[in-house]
Amino acid sequence: MAKTLFIDGKEVEFTDEPNLLEVIRKAGMNVPTFCYRPDLTSFGACRMCVVEVEGRGIQSSCTMPPEEGLKIHLNTEKTRRIRKTVLELLLANHDRNCLTCEKSGDCELQKYTEEYRIDKIRYAEKEDYLPIDDSSPSIVRDPNKCILCGACVRACSEFQGHAVLGFANRGSKTLVQPLRPLGQTDCVNCGQCAAVCPTGALTIKNNIEDVWAKITNPNVKVVAHIAPSVRVALGEMFNLAPGENSIGKINAALRKIGFDMVFDTNFGADLTIMEEATEFLERLKSGENLPIFTSCCPAWVKYLESMHPELTHHLSSCKSPMSMQSPVLKELVPKILGVDKKDLTVVAIMPCTAKKFEILRPEMAHDNVPDTDYVLTTKELGKMIKSAGIDFETLEPEVADSPFGEYSGAGTIFGASGGVAEAAVRTAYEFATGEVLQDVDIKGLRGTSERCKDLELDIKGTKVIVRVVSTLKEAEKSLQEIINGTAKFQMLEVMACPGGCINGGGQPRSCDDTKIKSRRAQGLYKEDSELPVRKSHMNPSIQKLYQEFLEHPASHKAHELLHTVYTDRFKNSYKDV
Amino acid sequence: MAINTKINTSKLDEILCRYEYKKSNLIAILQAVQEEYRYLPEDALIYIGTKVEGLSPATVFGVATFYAQFSLEPKGKFEIKVCDGTACHVRGSMPVLNAIRNKLGIKEGQLTTDNGLFSLETVSCLGACGLAPVVVINGKVHPQMTSDAISIVLDTILKEEE
Repeated sequence: MAKTLFIDGKEVEFTDEPNLLEVIRKAGMNVPTFCYRPDLTSFGACRMCVVEVEGRGIQSSCTMPPEEGLKIHLNTEKTRRIRKTVLELLLANHDRNCLTCEKSGDCELQKYTEEYRIDKIRYAEKEDYLPIDDSSPSIVRDPNKCILCGACVRACSEFQGHAVLGFANRGSKTLVQPLRPLGQTDCVNCGQCAAVCPTGALTIKNNIEDVWAKITNPNVKVVAHIAPSVRVALGEMFNLAPGENSIGKINAALRKIGFDMVFDTNFGADLTIMEEATEFLERLKSGENLPIFTSCCPAWVKYLESMHPELTHHLSSCKSPMSMQSPVLKELVPKILGVDKKDLTVVAIMPCTAKKFEILRPEMAHDNVPDTDYVLTTKELGKMIKSAGIDFETLEPEVADSPFGEYSGAGTIFGASGGVAEAAVRTAYEFATGEVLQDVDIKGLRGTSERCKDLELDIKGTKVIVRVVSTLKEAEKSLQEIINGTAKFQMLEVMACPGGCINGGGQPRSCDDTKIKSRRAQGLYKEDSELPVRKSHMNPSIQKLYQEFLEHPASHKAHELLHTVYTDRFKNSYKDV
Repeated sequence: MAINTKINTSKLDEILCRYEYKKSNLIAILQAVQEEYRYLPEDALIYIGTKVEGLSPATVFGVATFYAQFSLEPKGKFEIKVCDGTACHVRGSMPVLNAIRNKLGIKEGQLTTDNGLFSLETVSCLGACGLAPVVVINGKVHPQMTSDAISIVLDTILKEEE
């Protein structure tokens, strides 16, 4: 039975909410917070969410569990005064160059400073600024903007298990920092630290101006391809609901910006399935290198290479959809556009920050030309659309260019945790049995809230267990099962971000509402259900590519362009001292 | 930023083994490593963070930088601790500190002399207020110090070292 408490005199029901803040939010109200993130443990560091509880005084609502009959007040003279003081003290130590900050406009400190009418900072500006760490290809760390809320430290250890970020020093000298510059650590570049950062202390390295320079250069042709998850999240930056599919508008916006051709990474996803399903069936037949690990997530791949190089033979040798699509484009698009290969720039629009690292891998280049020239995150594309003066909301939808813009429903669900496995099973079943799979919805693999899902499938008498995990902490548990010899699954899909790519580090803000993830996933499953083709191998453009260019899955040509090798980063890393 | 010297992993393994590779023994492990190297080399922190389950290099770094007893820079052969607790302070610990600095040529903010012989730091209270002002050199307590008295103590050490 639901219990009740009183918020500002109004009776409010609650059931299993872990803290007062959740009850307040469920009742349609809110209090400010920097450190509270529903997917992470409560920390109670920032003291912004304080409320007055009758008989108990001032309490932080993110750490106090709800109780029957409590009478709480959100905006009293005392709570507002405390919040203002907290803000003033944070601002005393904070970098004051808001105008040129990457986070400007999306910063919680800026927002609350405005909402709480702090019109003057009483304290003198600090004199010594600490150096900015931009050694990572994906993440920039500016300690001068850190408010020590600890959200990034928790994200790093609670999502990915291996805490690259930690608190260092003590008292007024406390800093959040990795032991070495980020680029020299085991950071997997997932960007979840930046996704939960309330200020500009952790931001994503930005390639917007690099891409503009290519677009405005008349001698260069620029093409883009867009990852599945971008279409269900970009709209959030333009007042569309989370999960609303805006791929048509994105295509239109990219052409308006000046991209010469616009393709879809879903095509690359279909290509991945062709290769990966074939590889999976071969391994099932030979019994070697099982379970097979998916290799779409660059954060996961780097994690395995640095932590368990002895297990990399389990990884599928397939490149990620992005890194399959780009070399195909570099190979075939110059002929369509009538340009030299070196004058073609391929930009991948991704929800992911680790992709910025992935394109730098030496295997992701042919003849010294990188396959993907730039990765723009969803947020970066949103900023580009804004700066181009495009009214996104009123754009007429357009379709992507043929043939590398055509895709199946299996390609589109790659963005959600479980999607890659589902797409692979759809194709593997038909490849193995020669029969038509009637019910393509494999619901047991779906869902963004559970981080580990097992499903047993029957491929014509062969029992196959598919495991889907999101977050590397969860993946590590499965790896331990393999090491101990207790693993029963034959396929392991891993996505480093909780819920999959839809919740990637490059996506618009989603850290204070757990429902956004599932809405975005639903958006992808909805598109899948509405598409005429829902299996990768039935995509006519894919069939044509194999007929005319790649011959057959796992052919010599396919291996040259679409498969990769892995590095032992443990040997090279600092741990081998 | 921490300083690095080539570390001996078998030595570290021996220490880790003694403390059963346990997360809860981290402080003891760090103390043992510091005893070995007279400071905590960066690679040692990383090694511990990698080998002990439940820890990461950043977590070990956090603990090592939290406690004043741990140093990320090499300490001298003789570690001088000048007490600057309230009692020692009012009884004149600052003149003693300055006398040491002048004698050994240690600038403010510098930990160790260039020849690596001495390191100098202040501590908050040694709990020997009755003997104030107190200076501790490699664990030996020198009570009721003055500028002249500490000078004699240092001269004795320097002479022995020659």
